[in-house]
Amino acid sequence: MSANPSLLQRLLPGTRRAPVHDFPGGVHPAEHKTVSNQTPITPGPRPAQLVLPLNMHLGAPARPVVAVGDQILKGQMLAEPTGAVSAALHAPTSGTVVALGPRPIQHPSGMDALCIVLAPDGEDRWAERRPVADHTRLGPGKLIALLRDAGVAGLGGAGFPTSVKVSLGDHQRVEQLIINAVECEPYITADDRLMRERADEILLGVQILQYLLNPHDTLIGIEDNKPEAIAALRAACAGSDVEIRVVPTKYPSGGEKQLIQLLTGKEVPSGSIPAQCGVVCQNVGTAWAVKRAVHDGEPLLSRITTVTGDAVARPGNYEVWLGTPVADLLHHAGVDKDRLGRLVMGGPMMGFTLHDPSVPVVKTSNCVIAASAEELPEPPPEQACIRCGACAEVCPANLLPQQLYWYAKTDDFERAQHHNLMDCIECGACAYVCPSHIPLVQYYRYAKGEIRTQTAEQIKADRARERFEARQARLEREQAEKEARRRARLEANRKKQEAAADSAPGAGDDKLAALKKEVGQASSAYKAAVKAAKTAEAQEADNAAELRARADSLKAEADRAKAALRDAKAAAPAQPAAAPAESSALADLKKAVGEASSAYKAAVKAAKNAEAEQSDDAAELRARADQLKAEADRLKAELREAKAAQGPAAAPAAPAPPKQDGDTPDSKTTVDKAAVDDDAAAKRQKRLKALKTAYNMAHKQYKEAHAAVERAERAGQDSDEALAAMHAKVEKLKAKADHCRDALDALVEQAKADILAHTGKDLKTLKLDAARAESALRDKADELERRRDTSDADTLETLNSELDALQEHAQLTRLALKTAVEEQGLVEE
Amino acid sequence: MSLINAPSPHTSRHTDTGAVMRQVVYATLPGLAVLVWQFGLGSLLNVLWAVLVALTCEALFLRARGKPVAFYLKDWSAVVTAVLLGLALPSTAPWWLTLIGVGFAIVVAKQLYGGLGMNPFNPAMIGYVLLLISFPVAMTQWVAPGDAPAPADSLALFLGQTPADAFTGATPLDTFRTWAGDAEALAGRDILAGRLAGPGWEAVNLAFLLGGLYLLARRIITWQIPVAFLAGLALPALIAHQVDAARFAGPLFHLFSGGAMLGAFFIATDPVSAATSRLGRFIYALLIGLLIWVIRTFGGYPDAVAFAVLLLNLAAPFIDYYTQPRAYGHRKANKGANP
Ligand code: SF4
Ligand code: SF4
Repeated sequence: MSANPSLLQRLLPGTRRAPVHDFPGGVHPAEHKTVSNQTPITPGPRPAQLVLPLNMHLGAPARPVVAVGDQILKGQMLAEPTGAVSAALHAPTSGTVVALGPRPIQHPSGMDALCIVLAPDGEDRWAERRPVADHTRLGPGKLIALLRDAGVAGLGGAGFPTSVKVSLGDHQRVEQLIINAVECEPYITADDRLMRERADEILLGVQILQYLLNPHDTLIGIEDNKPEAIAALRAACAGSDVEIRVVPTKYPSGGEKQLIQLLTGKEVPSGSIPAQCGVVCQNVGTAWAVKRAVHDGEPLLSRITTVTGDAVARPGNYEVWLGTPVADLLHHAGVDKDRLGRLVMGGPMMGFTLHDPSVPVVKTSNCVIAASAEELPEPPPEQACIRCGACAEVCPANLLPQQLYWYAKTDDFERAQHHNLMDCIECGACAYVCPSHIPLVQYYRYAKGEIRTQTAEQIKADRARERFEARQARLEREQAEKEARRRARLEANRKKQEAAADSAPGAGDDKLAALKKEVGQASSAYKAAVKAAKTAEAQEADNAAELRARADSLKAEADRAKAALRDAKAAAPAQPAAAPAESSALADLKKAVGEASSAYKAAVKAAKNAEAEQSDDAAELRARADQLKAEADRLKAELREAKAAQGPAAAPAAPAPPKQDGDTPDSKTTVDKAAVDDDAAAKRQKRLKALKTAYNMAHKQYKEAHAAVERAERAGQDSDEALAAMHAKVEKLKAKADHCRDALDALVEQAKADILAHTGKDLKTLKLDAARAESALRDKADELERRRDTSDADTLETLNSELDALQEHAQLTRLALKTAVEEQGLVEE
Repeated sequence: MSLINAPSPHTSRHTDTGAVMRQVVYATLPGLAVLVWQFGLGSLLNVLWAVLVALTCEALFLRARGKPVAFYLKDWSAVVTAVLLGLALPSTAPWWLTLIGVGFAIVVAKQLYGGLGMNPFNPAMIGYVLLLISFPVAMTQWVAPGDAPAPADSLALFLGQTPADAFTGATPLDTFRTWAGDAEALAGRDILAGRLAGPGWEAVNLAFLLGGLYLLARRIITWQIPVAFLAGLALPALIAHQVDAARFAGPLFHLFSGGAMLGAFFIATDPVSAATSRLGRFIYALLIGLLIWVIRTFGGYPDAVAFAVLLLNLAAPFIDYYTQPRAYGHRKANKGANP
């Protein structure tokens, strides 16, 4: 297959200028070039209307700068480029803008696109042109802007804006500038004729490109089936540093990637552009357009289009105004409509059939084949793939077309991609040789489309997930901040109370009570967290570990609170007012004992569970349980001692304190949420009531009026006017009722939002919290009831203190709910 | 003006699967001629009968599967299967043997798998192996070369009658296996005394080689499979022969006896059941050749083309898995069937 280039070069020094590389595969379809390349380029038709699509080029469509009715001169800009990848659009001749709207265009899917429709006035009057004689005086920046404004885009293939292709990145170096003059598709001779007749202009264009790109080598690649064009180019390029490289005729040597491989031996890495391997490719036609734009000040207004095929009487190359309807062009070339069987825009290998000849010629339209049905017949029916491998033999991208076909057919896109479907250049060589007449390229286009859609959806899904995760993280952060604020507040309160206790004897009581409450809260928060973590673990939820960590931190908090309480208690006996303090200290101790023992129980249970499930941390849990037991025992001992010290008399006083602090949270909540404006709340409450009444009234009136109308209609006695008036009244009442309801809803929503703002919880959560606390309380009470007769005194005492803590919590949540509702002027139904 | 609306490309090389298959059939004609010359009319009768059976089975089954019969018969694939199986059968095979073999090949090995292009195994070889296992005696009787029965006797044999004379003789492969290791005895066997291999059989193989070269020249097949096949068979033979000429036959003997050339150019090249890429096909055929040498030398069956081909059919997906070509713009080839 391909000869080793370096070896050949070394062996045959004289072949340095010859292309010594090859690309795999390729086919040799019948050329049919002489049909159209025997006559010089002639002007195209002068149609009654020009249809100029805004997206003639690849990239963002141009934005119209003219309006319907405007008088336009030849060369005047019709639409300006938008965005980075875009090109301008100009009037090919002078005339009037008659429409601006969707028209069918030359797209494989046959879809419509926004077009500017121009009616030529026949005078062909030029706008002012600004030729640049010496482009080096302009500088690269201005030159690139000039190309963009002149609407120059690739005339060979996809219509990529030239200004983008010649803008280099900072560190980009161009080793080879390749001018693609291969024109490997059968039938097409537009570039062939252009080179024969305008080689000098092409060279000037190439030199402008050289100036912009500063390449190491400039190579013109051309197939050996165009001897006249080669001679013309050779003559024009003599003495310049532009090298002509003749390549053997083989389809698709004009494919960008194949030509690069032919001339340089380089392969463009999959998924990247030639510039990444130091190569920039431009079509010869584009080079010519560049010259015209710069040296003659003529924007891209027309192009050379080959009209060929059995069904035209005068095949040849025409210099066609952009926007010329294909039908006009065909007519101009003498089409025989009866013979016309297949109309192809582009070449027979990669072009597409036109179903509507009214579509316009655009910047990329290099050829129109008006073929008779015998010339390009209906494809025979598709047969089974016999895996003969002929397709793989000719694939220039070295793919396995038969496998791609199989995967595309069975929608196995993953494997299709693994077999490099995306590297298929849709050259059609495989389908050309397939003995089973399988339209392989169509299968690949389908599969590629599906894959692109899937990828786009995947990206969308990923974005959504990222957004969701970001939101989640934000919420957690906010939660943590809130928690921190709360703690800070508690701390401040504690300090305040401590200060109060220090200054006022007898306040020790309060301080102790506050501390106790804190301990109770902390430990119940810890328990709740442990429970949540367990549930999460049981469900194998993702955040189990997190929850567990949270529980641990809460536990630390609870421990800290307990320690503070103990300290306080230790300090308390020193205070004068001994008895009540003592008794409350006793109660505290009891509660602590209760908490410790229930923590111990919970830990034992957790450890047991873990053991049963043979989970890793069972041992750890067990150790923790032991530790908790020790703690509980110690506390119990302490309690006993305290009791012994105090004497039996004090004991009955114990249950009192919790009730007593019942008020504290109330006042505190109010204080904490001090931001609430009482006045506003009251006002809102009033307004709410008023609105409710108004709504009820309006609704009632509306209902009555409605019923009245219906009655009247049924009776049929009233005149039409009267009925109409009644209807109007009903409508008015309805509107009023609706209005009231809306206002009411808005107010309630606002109140809810305020609750959220002040308490960090919405109404529903508050309600839920309250309900949960109540039911926990009930459960505990039941348990106490059940075990009253069977348990020892210590257990009962523990239970009792647990009950107290819960009671407190329930009260708190209830209060929070109530305050929230009241504050916001909402009346609970 | 009703215009054709079709995807690109709008032109084609104007080949079709039927034409490709017909070329294969034409390329077998020299081989068939030599078979008839050396072993009598039996081969021709069997080939014609096999084609008839194959077309009938295919048509019946296509109808049963609700497919357009004429359209599918036009791909000529059933004819190719029938011709190859008919050529592989001994010229003394009676009609019922061919009927069973071809029927099984078309119905079970091809249509039940979904028809052309879907069969993982070479249908002709499936039919052959079925017969070889079920009717080993009838399948291993060959006429002594040059001692071709008269047309009437061939017909009698074909119709399942036993003609007056007995025409059976050992093939060169059988003979060599029987006397392997005994240089003197080998030297005394006429059947081994050909220029390349045994007389008669070398002519058959030369004829198939000729047909194969025609297919190569017409680009119906590519060189990878036949070359690798023959190399896989000849190389081990060469080495072993150097070590012990009396025990191991030489490479030329292996290349020109039995079904070597038929296998290399016509059977292993069946694209449907072969590996996919060029490298894959090379490896695939190399292993077939190697396996044939191993079975011929150490196994119990007279020839081994069918077994070797079927075994490698089985391995083809595995070979494909590791031999995807390096696509343009990729630094190395992808491996495996999945990412
Ligand atoms: S050329 Fe057609 S029939 Fe042959 S392997 Fe390729 S797709 Fe299958
Ligand atoms: S169309 Fe794609 S698969 Fe077919 S030959 Fe061209 S590059 Fe290969």
